[in-house]
Amino acid sequence: MFKILKRDMLTPNICKMVVSAPRIAKAALPGQFLIVLPGEEGERIPLTISDYDREEGTVTIVTQLVGASSAAIIAKEEGEFFRDVVGPLGNPSAFVHMDEEALKGQRYIFIAGGLGTAPVYPQAKWLHDRGVAVDVIIGARTKDLLIYTEELGSACDNLYLCTDDGSAGFHGVGTACLEKLVSEGKEYTQAVAIGPMIMMKFATLTCKKLQIPIDVSLNMLMVDGTGMCGACRVTVAGKTRFACVDGPEFNGYDVDFDEAMRRLGQYKAEEAEEKAKYVK
Amino acid sequence: MAERIPRVPVREQDPKVRAHNFDEVCYGYNLEEAMTEASRCLHCKNPRCVGACPVSIKIPEFIAKVKEGDINGAAAIIAEDSSLPAVCGRVCPQETQCEGSCILGVKGEPVAIGKLERFVADHTSEGGTLPPSGVGCADPTTGYAGGPPASVPRVARPSGGSVPPSGCKVAIIGSGPAGLACASDLAKWGYDVTIFEALHKAGGVLEYGIPEFRLPKEKVLKREIDEVKALGVKIETDVIIGRTVTIDSLMDEEGFEAVFVGTGAGLPKFMGIPGENLNGVFSANEFLTRNNLMKAFRDDYMTPIHAGRKCCVVGGGNVAMDAARTALRLGADTSIVYRRTEVELPARKEEVHHAKEEGIDFKMLTNPVEIIGDENGWVKALRCIRMELGEPDESGRRSPVPIPGSEFEIPTETVIMALGTAPNPLIVNTTKGLEATRRGGLVADDEGRTTREGIFAGGDAVTGAATVILAMGAGRKAAKAIDEYLKSK
Repeated sequence: MFKILKRDMLTPNICKMVVSAPRIAKAALPGQFLIVLPGEEGERIPLTISDYDREEGTVTIVTQLVGASSAAIIAKEEGEFFRDVVGPLGNPSAFVHMDEEALKGQRYIFIAGGLGTAPVYPQAKWLHDRGVAVDVIIGARTKDLLIYTEELGSACDNLYLCTDDGSAGFHGVGTACLEKLVSEGKEYTQAVAIGPMIMMKFATLTCKKLQIPIDVSLNMLMVDGTGMCGACRVTVAGKTRFACVDGPEFNGYDVDFDEAMRRLGQYKAEEAEEKAKYVK
Repeated sequence: MAERIPRVPVREQDPKVRAHNFDEVCYGYNLEEAMTEASRCLHCKNPRCVGACPVSIKIPEFIAKVKEGDINGAAAIIAEDSSLPAVCGRVCPQETQCEGSCILGVKGEPVAIGKLERFVADHTSEGGTLPPSGVGCADPTTGYAGGPPASVPRVARPSGGSVPPSGCKVAIIGSGPAGLACASDLAKWGYDVTIFEALHKAGGVLEYGIPEFRLPKEKVLKREIDEVKALGVKIETDVIIGRTVTIDSLMDEEGFEAVFVGTGAGLPKFMGIPGENLNGVFSANEFLTRNNLMKAFRDDYMTPIHAGRKCCVVGGGNVAMDAARTALRLGADTSIVYRRTEVELPARKEEVHHAKEEGIDFKMLTNPVEIIGDENGWVKALRCIRMELGEPDESGRRSPVPIPGSEFEIPTETVIMALGTAPNPLIVNTTKGLEATRRGGLVADDEGRTTREGIFAGGDAVTGAATVILAMGAGRKAAKAIDEYLKSK
């Protein structure tokens, strides 16, 4: 059992929780994810780790209400428990294993969309703490849906906000913001996009145009998260890879996004049925 | 001789009924049936059945007790060699092991050793008739939620193994059959044993792989695992060795003096044919895990599963039968697609027989070459080629050869790949000094010693996918080697 120590609603639909999980907190690195099973009858839900505190033995997860399973997570109150939290899973971000000299010359740009903003935080912080140049773009539909602005503000050199409706920051999507920055003379050696699949697809297209290498974090469907089920199959550079053990981050240029988006919808009909039962 | 009693048939659920539910297929013997069947044993001086049992259960001895109606006595004899009799009585391939070597089988039907083992195990756990053995109940710290088990543990203190150094800690990685068998022996000898399990429930393939209708989870598996816990074995779920902690940190920081790796063979194989990533193509591992571990067949669980109206299962082993019979129960008209003939099916005869009775269609000498999708990326057909048998290959089976120009399509909504599994490389990749073979199995000798001192391994993690009982046998051998190693340290 894993205790929920803190619970905050960041928006009416997005919930941040700090959970006691000492073993995971000790081992976690930027880019990795974990799996939460809210209760016996629930699903195993993969969530990217949004922060970890080795001393406190805690990990932070951020969940958006989309279906029955995310509803089961968000329904938990402070002081309550998750039946299971397992991780850290997947490989850490590529930069974690790069040597410091190579890192120093890098200029990172993160493109974060919606819920994907939360897992950008430990990555940006890790690089910023080591003196690497980091800019972050956060995109959301409207001002009230922007999350992690304060945390990321202190974890990068320049933070750019974008909203589709222009209610805060740049009026437009994150990729348009990136194009503007580059046209104004900004130079980046590596991009990282985390967010909805469609957003990562367009971030990749933009980066191709701008000739910036890009890594994307694929949140595929999965059951065990350890390479056992193969539900998270994704085609990368023409080969089938498992997002759980070969990823979750891949070179965006190589990812078949259309297939990945289609595979994400594999249980849509079943999920809608469940949602009708649990989400009122 | 002419009046020899025939083998007592076992009662089973009607195939027409069971094709629509997940209740156990076989009902097992009652006391009278068991005693009658036990009376058929010839009590050979040199019992071949014992030699054919991977864990060397003293078969004629336990059967003699059943014949007398002393079921507790029979249970105690089995417990000396097996910690999972209710499981093995159900899933062991007895026809190629104990029963396959029974002398009665030469001219007639062998003694139903498996069904007797199952009866003994079920009888003692349901009846609670064993006298208290003074071993105590499930450890409350291990997360056993329902209070002490209803039954009295069927444990036996084995004569082998002297008292180990006090508090000597051994880590077991994986709570499947190999790990449970290894842990049981070590705990009986007084070691402080902790099993680490990556999933949220203990049991490994017994929990996620074998369906409820062959191995009921609450009634059978959970009880047997509780009995292992009652020996003092701690089980920590949700710990992935190689990610959450490493073997090195277990040994250097957490004080474990030996480690047994029983992580099984969990990686699914795919065919590498076009269309395998279409929606509606699943590994048998995914399909079975959703239904068994995650209980998708139950309305009160959230887990989604998609069997479709028409399902093709590719493969011919026990896992293929399990997947096909699960899809059938979820409402799909289901076919097994296998490239050789029925004679070569690696699945147990009993499983094939049950599958046929339930209405599974068998398409033999058929090999998929492509999966065809509709305009939305969902499976609509499995394109296959007809095969014929050629010369025997290295496994001794006649290898199938495609017949040119014989391609045809089977309309289907889902395809489940049950082509076997390979060991997970995670532990090899995160542990210095451990070596694996080209096929991914850990390098280990007959006693389970790996290439690194203090680390032992056994079961599918070494051999690649095999059987529950072979894994248990390997776990027991490794337990002995661990005992010797720790005493000589």
